[in-house]
Amino acid sequence: MKNKLHQLFAIIGLAVTALVFSAPANAQLRIETSGVGATQIPIAIAGFSDENLAPQQVTAIIKADLARSGFFKIIDTGDVISESAQVNTGDWKARGADALVIGSVQRLADGRFDVRYRLLDTVKSAQLSALAMAAAPQYTRVTAHKIADDIYEKLIGGRGAFATRIAYIIKAGKEYRLEVADSDGEGTQVALRSNEPIISPAWSPDGTKVAYVSFEAKKPVVYVQNLVTKQRIVVANYKGSNSAPSWSPDGTKLAIALARDGLTQVYVVNSDGGGLRRLTNTNGIDTEPQFSADGQNIYFTSDRSGGPQIYKMSANGGDAQRVTFGGSYNISPRISPDGKALAYISQRGGRFQLYVLDLTNGQEQRLSDTVKDESPSFSPNGKYIMYATESGRRGSLAVVSVDGRVKQRLTMQAGDIREPTWGPFMK
Amino acid sequence: MLNIRNFALIVASAILLAACSSPVKLDDKAVPVVDSGATGADTRSVNTVDTGSDPLNNPTGILSKRSIYFDFDSYTIKDEFKSVVEAHAQYLNSHKNRKIIIQGNTDDRGGREYNLALGQKRAEAVRKALVLLGVSDTQVEAVSLGKEKPKALGSDEASYAENRRSDIVYQ
Repeated sequence: MKNKLHQLFAIIGLAVTALVFSAPANAQLRIETSGVGATQIPIAIAGFSDENLAPQQVTAIIKADLARSGFFKIIDTGDVISESAQVNTGDWKARGADALVIGSVQRLADGRFDVRYRLLDTVKSAQLSALAMAAAPQYTRVTAHKIADDIYEKLIGGRGAFATRIAYIIKAGKEYRLEVADSDGEGTQVALRSNEPIISPAWSPDGTKVAYVSFEAKKPVVYVQNLVTKQRIVVANYKGSNSAPSWSPDGTKLAIALARDGLTQVYVVNSDGGGLRRLTNTNGIDTEPQFSADGQNIYFTSDRSGGPQIYKMSANGGDAQRVTFGGSYNISPRISPDGKALAYISQRGGRFQLYVLDLTNGQEQRLSDTVKDESPSFSPNGKYIMYATESGRRGSLAVVSVDGRVKQRLTMQAGDIREPTWGPFMK
Repeated sequence: MLNIRNFALIVASAILLAACSSPVKLDDKAVPVVDSGATGADTRSVNTVDTGSDPLNNPTGILSKRSIYFDFDSYTIKDEFKSVVEAHAQYLNSHKNRKIIIQGNTDDRGGREYNLALGQKRAEAVRKALVLLGVSDTQVEAVSLGKEKPKALGSDEASYAENRRSDIVYQ
């Protein structure tokens, strides 16, 4: 019943509200949003004075971030208002805005851009926040995302995740690329290029490295790549297949799946490749290990009861308890940052769809309407889940809020996009 | 047998070449001695490789069959492929210097990592059968390509069946 209601809501949101935003023309990724949050805060974002000096228009990025979140209704305005201007908040209240954003951009002598902003509550006629950030030109987008994060935090509560990044795999022709982009799909950068498949990227908790499985040695091998220095280390290249890396919350270890002793089993290894230890011991498949948020447990996929189901064991190994019971095929467990929810892919009636299980009460909810879903990944604030799906026989990425109401779709003009991993909060 | 003869010839040539190169002092004034007779290190000799002598290279022989197909959700070698596995076991047992990789594959339905584990199951089934037939562990590695390198690209049963496969790849 709850599922149905949510679904209905999403469809109504799609049909009536139809918030559709497309990224700027130079973007490689295109984002479409449908649906709205339970409540939407009407907010006016005035143009920042002199913002045309910066490489990107700061307020356009802020508006797109807030609209995409589903929690805001953007009140149109052609006004340009500096943060130092005197504002009659009553006028903005009359225009329907509960909050107003004003600001300025200034080019500093050293080439950086100084972006200042104020967030005003038009109802209480009070200032809610003010920030000043100076950053190099190439970080203008990050500055804009940080302002959007601040607005989100002050008006919705909890951290915004607009300034975080995502990593994913693109297959274009015969080439496979590991790419990194802002959470809105903009500012893409290539971290790895290969003529062989790359799968299962996993972002390190400090945001500087990505672990992944590359087939460049004609078999699956686990690597950790430092995104900044380009240094790559082989974490696991044992006989047989090496796969499914996932970081411990403290970043010192990786849980992995190895087939060195026959079938695929779960192991743990230090992030430098040392100290390998086997954690599971079955004569079936144990794979896709994921550390719990507190690092004490490991969730994983196992076929010990027949079809694949999700299990949980101590991070030191030992007995496992079954976690999923609905359906006969449940794979790809991912734990929410607060440890209270489990996202996974379930196959029911021939459809592979994203589900979320509330670990506190055992309630299960389907979050997607698509049919070939894979690889879920929580946003670091736990509000959204990104996953891979298919549209028009090509891979695309989708984002859904954990309550199922807000949905986004990211597509590429050319190439299959898959295997998303949402990066952590960064300083 | 032929291999040993070839090997002996290579060693002999190497020794002769080494003997020629090192101790002789270079003297550009000296008249070079051209020796094309029977005693020289004959770098112009040509020896024949006969592919027919290695059954692995026979395009119509059973060893030319390198793929083992599996039923849906199955990881056991069907009767029709047992002779193929046996033939490769026999070859590997009589050619202890040869090594193979067995690559397991799956159709494209379901998750990448779980399919990787399923492909491993198919590769492992073939590896186990070979080892049971006496093939040394050191000659065989079972790996999975999961659903990453599909041979058939369609979304129909025929394509799925084509991709439920283990391939034997000689190194």
